Amino acid sequence: MTMLYVVMAFLWVAILLYLLMGGADFGAGIIELFTTKKNQERTRRTMYRAIGPIWEANHMWLIIVIVILFVGFPTIYTTMSVNLHIPLVGMLLGIIARGTAFTFRNYDAVTDELQVVYNRIFMYASCVTPLFLGIIAGSAVSGKIDPLAEGYLDAYIFSWLNFFSVAVGLFTVSICGFLASIYLIGETENEQDVQRFKIKARTTNIAAAVAGTFVFIAAKLDGVPLQEWLFGNPVGIAAIAAATVSLALLWYLLSKGKKIIIRVLAGFQITMILLAITYQHFPNIVLLKGGQYLSLTDGSAPEKTIYTLAMALLIGSLFILPALFYLVYDFQHKKIVVGKPKKNA
Amino acid sequence: MDDFIAARSQMALSLGFHIVFSCIGMVMPFFMAVSHYYYLKTNQPVYRNVTKAWSKGVAIFFATGAVSGTVLSFELGLLWPKFMLHAGPIFGLPFSLEGTAFFIEAIALGFFLYGWDRFNKWFHWFTGVVVGVSGLVSGILVVAANAWMNTPTGFTFANGQYSDIDPIKAIFNPAWFSQSLHMSIAAFAATGFAVAGIHALMMLKRKNVVFHTKAFKIAAVFGAAAAILQPLSGDISAKFVARTQPAKLAAMEAHFTTEKSASLIIGGIPDEKNKEVNYALKIPGGLSFLANGDFKSEVKGLDSIPEEERPPVAISHYAFQIMVALGMIMMGIAIMYFIAVIRKKQWRNSRWLLQLFVWATPLGFIAVEAGWTVTEVGRQPWIIYGVMKTKDAVTPMPGIVYSFYLFSAVYLSLALIVIFMLYRQIKMVDKLYDIPAGEQVKN
Ligand code: HDD
Ligand code: HEM
Ligand code: HEM
Repeated sequence: MTMLYVVMAFLWVAILLYLLMGGADFGAGIIELFTTKKNQERTRRTMYRAIGPIWEANHMWLIIVIVILFVGFPTIYTTMSVNLHIPLVGMLLGIIARGTAFTFRNYDAVTDELQVVYNRIFMYASCVTPLFLGIIAGSAVSGKIDPLAEGYLDAYIFSWLNFFSVAVGLFTVSICGFLASIYLIGETENEQDVQRFKIKARTTNIAAAVAGTFVFIAAKLDGVPLQEWLFGNPVGIAAIAAATVSLALLWYLLSKGKKIIIRVLAGFQITMILLAITYQHFPNIVLLKGGQYLSLTDGSAPEKTIYTLAMALLIGSLFILPALFYLVYDFQHKKIVVGKPKKNA
Repeated sequence: MDDFIAARSQMALSLGFHIVFSCIGMVMPFFMAVSHYYYLKTNQPVYRNVTKAWSKGVAIFFATGAVSGTVLSFELGLLWPKFMLHAGPIFGLPFSLEGTAFFIEAIALGFFLYGWDRFNKWFHWFTGVVVGVSGLVSGILVVAANAWMNTPTGFTFANGQYSDIDPIKAIFNPAWFSQSLHMSIAAFAATGFAVAGIHALMMLKRKNVVFHTKAFKIAAVFGAAAAILQPLSGDISAKFVARTQPAKLAAMEAHFTTEKSASLIIGGIPDEKNKEVNYALKIPGGLSFLANGDFKSEVKGLDSIPEEERPPVAISHYAFQIMVALGMIMMGIAIMYFIAVIRKKQWRNSRWLLQLFVWATPLGFIAVEAGWTVTEVGRQPWIIYGVMKTKDAVTPMPGIVYSFYLFSAVYLSLALIVIFMLYRQIKMVDKLYDIPAGEQVKN
């Protein structure tokens, strides 16, 4: 059954990478929304250069998560699909709108007023998608999902429409904005833009702190034992402490103008937060009403399926990781060496 | 409309939408690789322009294909949770391998689209080829998953329990080869004809003739070759369906009663009440021959299938007729094209041949949609043939009708935008890729 742990590790890493890379990607749209008209065009260009080559790859992490769930953990996949149908559809609409608007605005052969429409759709969808993503994640651990519920409201609405889930949604949105600003600081070439993104990084960080506080308050209101999860065990405490220290360090280095190390720190923080949340009730990642839960170990697919899935993932990553690394590296590296902005292909 | 019909319609709509984009995403990279190759070999800028113009169109299709595919991977659970609960661990492996293939495709696409003048030119060319190959592999894998729904293997089903699961056997289920082969060729035929048709139209309009002639040739050769192979592979499929899914064969042929020397019914209006087909052309013994390779053999009719396990006859029959008719027409055009290329040089740029291609632009895609209707509707009432009924798989959530309306609106608007953008791409060819007179090359 070690293979089961391989699969779980892939699941966890895929979720983390989607949060980080997809998050920065969503965040870029959020930042654009909160940028003054004057600077929007520049932000857009920076962003296109920064995420254009890899955005297709970013959203693959989500597909990997879904596939691992439906092959390896079908009960979790189907329970969430049934009871969280509505927020899932919300997220899907966001993904459709965002993905197509991003491409349309870059590849439309004629540049005219339609650009305004694409931009608007892109920016709003960039907020909606992580909002629902957060709501779904929050609902999965909120203990509000009741697979046995009879009434429509209980089964399909209150499973996700509660203070806690919505607060987690807002928290996710602000985290995405934060990740994007940190990422974009290293992508711009002029000092003025660096300053702008630094300010954005600080404001989104404060927004995340406020939203985080809401999450705690909402958890109290909804009876979610969040405090206990985060602080009830040494790993949780250590992870939160590490995240806090790295945050302080990040603010300091931000003012010093370090561009790359702050990325690492921001990524580290998200990793620690995810670790703290998942560690406590692992392997029961979905908590249901009345103290029931869906477990990664008991509810998993038969051994042979898990084995082949793990092999597929391992072999797949042998191909994928070097290529992905080279793609990211090349576009980072060449930009600095060559220095001239690329026209789009 | 009740929720069950709505769920089926939403699934059909989403797949019918996705398939168009995935065919293009699968095949266009090969066209681009050929044109790119000519550019690297001959250094004629027109080939570079064709490659670049295509790659912009493809980027639009890729994005739309990717989001519609993402939607599908959720929809399987949103609409058919009870199917996925059992089927996921059995037929899910192709999807996880497909995940790898998509990933490679997405990375290679990043290299290809953003890599002009950046890398060694052959490495850059090679990334384009990788995009095509991994797209094709994804297509084959996902069709293998669908084939499993038609000929489920790799598990034991007893007393409502699924045990002895073997995902490798499930991928290589009996139908995987005939279906994947037929689908892959279909993608080339459909995309080839669609692209050739558009460029033929521009040639007739005398716009950027050099550019469009080169583009037309590449697409037409692929499309025509595939269109000639397609009926052969269709015959393999039909023989296979006759052996494994008699109900589907009977429905698509509107073959009501079991008989020896069954005749092949072409066209006609099936009358399900009186179990006959009116106004049809009947070729005696034809069906027996088609299904078993022997004019005298017996072919099972719908009467051999229990009433509640019969698929809808009319839809399956019409869809099958449409596919075969279009297949024959496309094969005819393809043969004429090859005659033009090989023997009758004077036909080559004649208006009527180009007009034929213009007229045939949508045919391949109509055939693709029709073919999938045969496969899916012909399997009804089963979602997993002989194992699970579609109505037992549907989500318990009420109100799917609204979700169907919502997705219909979304897909309709997306389709309109994509068509509009494609129109603009083509209109801009003049401005973006006009070749200075001195560089024009006789074709
Ligand atoms: C360009 C498109 C195209 C063309 C010209 C044809 N087909 Fe087709 N056909 C498809 C595109 C397609 C498809 C959309 O790709 C299907 C759906 C499922 C599949 O694997 O391929 C299909 C399915 C399909 C099936 C059902 C397979 C199953 O359910 O397992 C049969 C029996 C045929 N085809 C037979 C034919 C014949 C005898 C043709 C003769 C001309 C033909 N097809 C032309
Ligand atoms: C892309 C080409 C495809 C098209 C156009 C297509 C078309 C359809 C249609 C018309 C239906 C409705 C059948 C009915 O209501 O009678 C349907 C149902 C369905 N299809 Fe497909 N299909 C395609 C490929 C696939 C693939 C590759 C899969 C899965 C691997 C799949 C899974 C399903 C499922 C789960 C249903 C719902 C249950 C059912 O009605 O059988 N389809 N599809
Ligand atoms: C006959 C049916 C199908 C064929 C031939 C097919 C083929 C393809 C191909 C070639 C692509 C990549 C090309 C592109 O991005 O434009 C693609 C994209 C995708 N397909 Fe399908 N597909 C089919 C049905 C399905 C089904 C049933 C699912 C989900 C359950 C699915 C999930 C996806 C996903 C998630 C993507 C996006 C991958 C990316 O981001 O590049 N497809 N499909």
